[in-house]
Amino acid sequence: MTSVSSASPAFTGKDPQNRLFGPLPDVTEEAGYEPDHPKRVGFFTDTSVCIGCKACEVACKEWNTLPMDDSHGTRDVIGLSGMSYDNTGQLGANSWRHVAFVEQSRVVDLPMPAVGLPGATRQDTGEPSPAGHAHQDDSLAEAQAHSVLNAEALSEFDPQTAQTGSDKQIRWLMSSDVCKHCTHAACLDVCPTGALFRTEYGTVVVQGDICNGCGYCVPACPYGVIDQRKDDGRVFKCTMCYDRLTDGLMPACATACPTQSIQFGDLDELQARADARLATLQSQGVETARLYGRDEDDGVGGAGAFFLLLDEPEVYGLPPDPVVTTRDLPAMWRAAATAAAMMVGVALSAVLGSRKR
Amino acid sequence: MVDDVEFTSYYGRQIVKSPVWKTPDVPLYLFLGGAAGSSSILGAIADVTGRPALTRVARLTAGGGSILSVVFLVHDLGRPERFLHMLRVIKPTSPLSVGSYILAPFSAAAGATAAVELLGWFPRLKRFGGAVAGIFGGPLATYTGVLLANTAVPSWHAVHKELPFVFASSGMAAGGGVTMAFTPVAEAGPSRKMAVTGAAIELGLMHRVEHEHGIVSEPYRIGKAGKFLNAARTCTAAGAGLTVLAGRTRLGAIASGTLLAAGSLLTRFGVFEAGLASAKDPKYTVIPQRERLAARQNGHAPSVTH
Ligand code: SF4
Ligand code: SF4
Repeated sequence: MTSVSSASPAFTGKDPQNRLFGPLPDVTEEAGYEPDHPKRVGFFTDTSVCIGCKACEVACKEWNTLPMDDSHGTRDVIGLSGMSYDNTGQLGANSWRHVAFVEQSRVVDLPMPAVGLPGATRQDTGEPSPAGHAHQDDSLAEAQAHSVLNAEALSEFDPQTAQTGSDKQIRWLMSSDVCKHCTHAACLDVCPTGALFRTEYGTVVVQGDICNGCGYCVPACPYGVIDQRKDDGRVFKCTMCYDRLTDGLMPACATACPTQSIQFGDLDELQARADARLATLQSQGVETARLYGRDEDDGVGGAGAFFLLLDEPEVYGLPPDPVVTTRDLPAMWRAAATAAAMMVGVALSAVLGSRKR
Repeated sequence: MVDDVEFTSYYGRQIVKSPVWKTPDVPLYLFLGGAAGSSSILGAIADVTGRPALTRVARLTAGGGSILSVVFLVHDLGRPERFLHMLRVIKPTSPLSVGSYILAPFSAAAGATAAVELLGWFPRLKRFGGAVAGIFGGPLATYTGVLLANTAVPSWHAVHKELPFVFASSGMAAGGGVTMAFTPVAEAGPSRKMAVTGAAIELGLMHRVEHEHGIVSEPYRIGKAGKFLNAARTCTAAGAGLTVLAGRTRLGAIASGTLLAAGSLLTRFGVFEAGLASAKDPKYTVIPQRERLAARQNGHAPSVTH
């Protein structure tokens, strides 16, 4: 009945098979599935085309019958967060997709026409620019007229820097966050009951009938994804719609996304697509575009759900360099064993060093 | 040193989730595990070296502490009725799984030994039970350090090499303190020695925790955690000093034992609160990670491809 986890060999010495840390070519097989398991699936969330409609959030709540909560995860409460259009606030037990809204407005140091990225229609004289933007409002309207979906529009102005006639630059960033379904998932590693498990699709799922609400997975996740539903006691998070996958359907969020910002598919295919998309954007001058969670040499061995971002990860509330905590666990166990031995040593010498009465 | 570093966040929101572990349940559990663990070791050695009074007190402390810690652990679960799910699997990657397999035999052995100690039955079995408890006592006191450190909570994870030693030494201070308070002074020499050694190690290590980990040491010095840890330092230092000066008198033993136990308890509360504070503020997550990235880019650490 009792089974020993497959990561055990990693504690015998080195970790030659990257069971705790590092790239894993086949995370599903490593978890114990036969070689004929399905391919690893994932999400590629391209935030450069997200329009912030929250269809993903709604579809997720509907399909998974998640209860309502406010931006701090308090159940059955409506509250405005004051954070732009984001009243979801965070990922949690009741919100498995979360669309972040970032409004950026910043003063440019050197408002000279020569400074800026290709296509930036900015100028310092206050006079109409060649493109005919007299002032900021017009240029915002202009920005909206250009669909961000349109690669040509993107090449004309970098959403980073374009669109203003004054020295103020404004842009909006929207990004639909979700559980990363890590290659090395801390939540899964630390779960003492085996409630969290790796599915045949390489995703990470909680079994609600096993979880005893010990809460260990909650602070273990380096992204702050999984959380406890207070009145239930157990933890909940995105399952990548495990129930839909087994029926050959796409996850609800990807199905609902109108701009294909959320793309679902085989992970290797998504990675190739993301690399191509990044190359396109960069060739168009969107220099701040970057992939997040794509690199399998990163701290979690690469994510099953990864992102194309237009700014630093922390701007979206993501950790810039997440590391699976269990990477350091062998060192911790060594410290614990040495400390336990120290206790015996101190107690022994305390007894032996004391005269009997 | 890195107090005013600039960093960006999403509306000041925390990045990692706060632990959902309840207080005082979990700090009390940490404290009891340490006191019970160290007492059981002391009891087992005192037994074979013929110190009946100390043996008895140490066994009762270990037994009582272990039963209480099981109560607190189960009470902290979101679904207490499912506590046996802890024993479904053994996972070395999960300190709580390993800990369950330490706590279960420890509390069974220490609890049974304490019970027969009270009832005065089966003297042979008692020695065996006490020895089993003594074997699991050290791991019980130290695994909890791994339990906290093996998370994404910045101020806990950063001190992962110190924390098991902090909890071991703090446990010795508490176990030594409690047993010294209840054992006739003539036989309590081992308790005093263990308590003073434990207190000294704890004070030294906590200084490292509070000062040598850059920005993630900060939560140990400020706010609620800072208050707890200041008080802990005072109690532990006073308790250790008083043990040396007056530990051989009845009153002195009781006073210093109480101070040492209080110091240990306050240390657990302080460490726990420091972790909570470091999870709450995104700067403790972002800044160390940024520094790590920068160091990697400058070639100070193995660089990552791509
Ligand atoms: S560690 Fe966090 S992000 Fe990774 S699989 Fe677990 S819950 Fe998801
Ligand atoms: S709360 Fe549930 S899923 Fe999370 S670690 Fe504990 S048993 Fe596992």
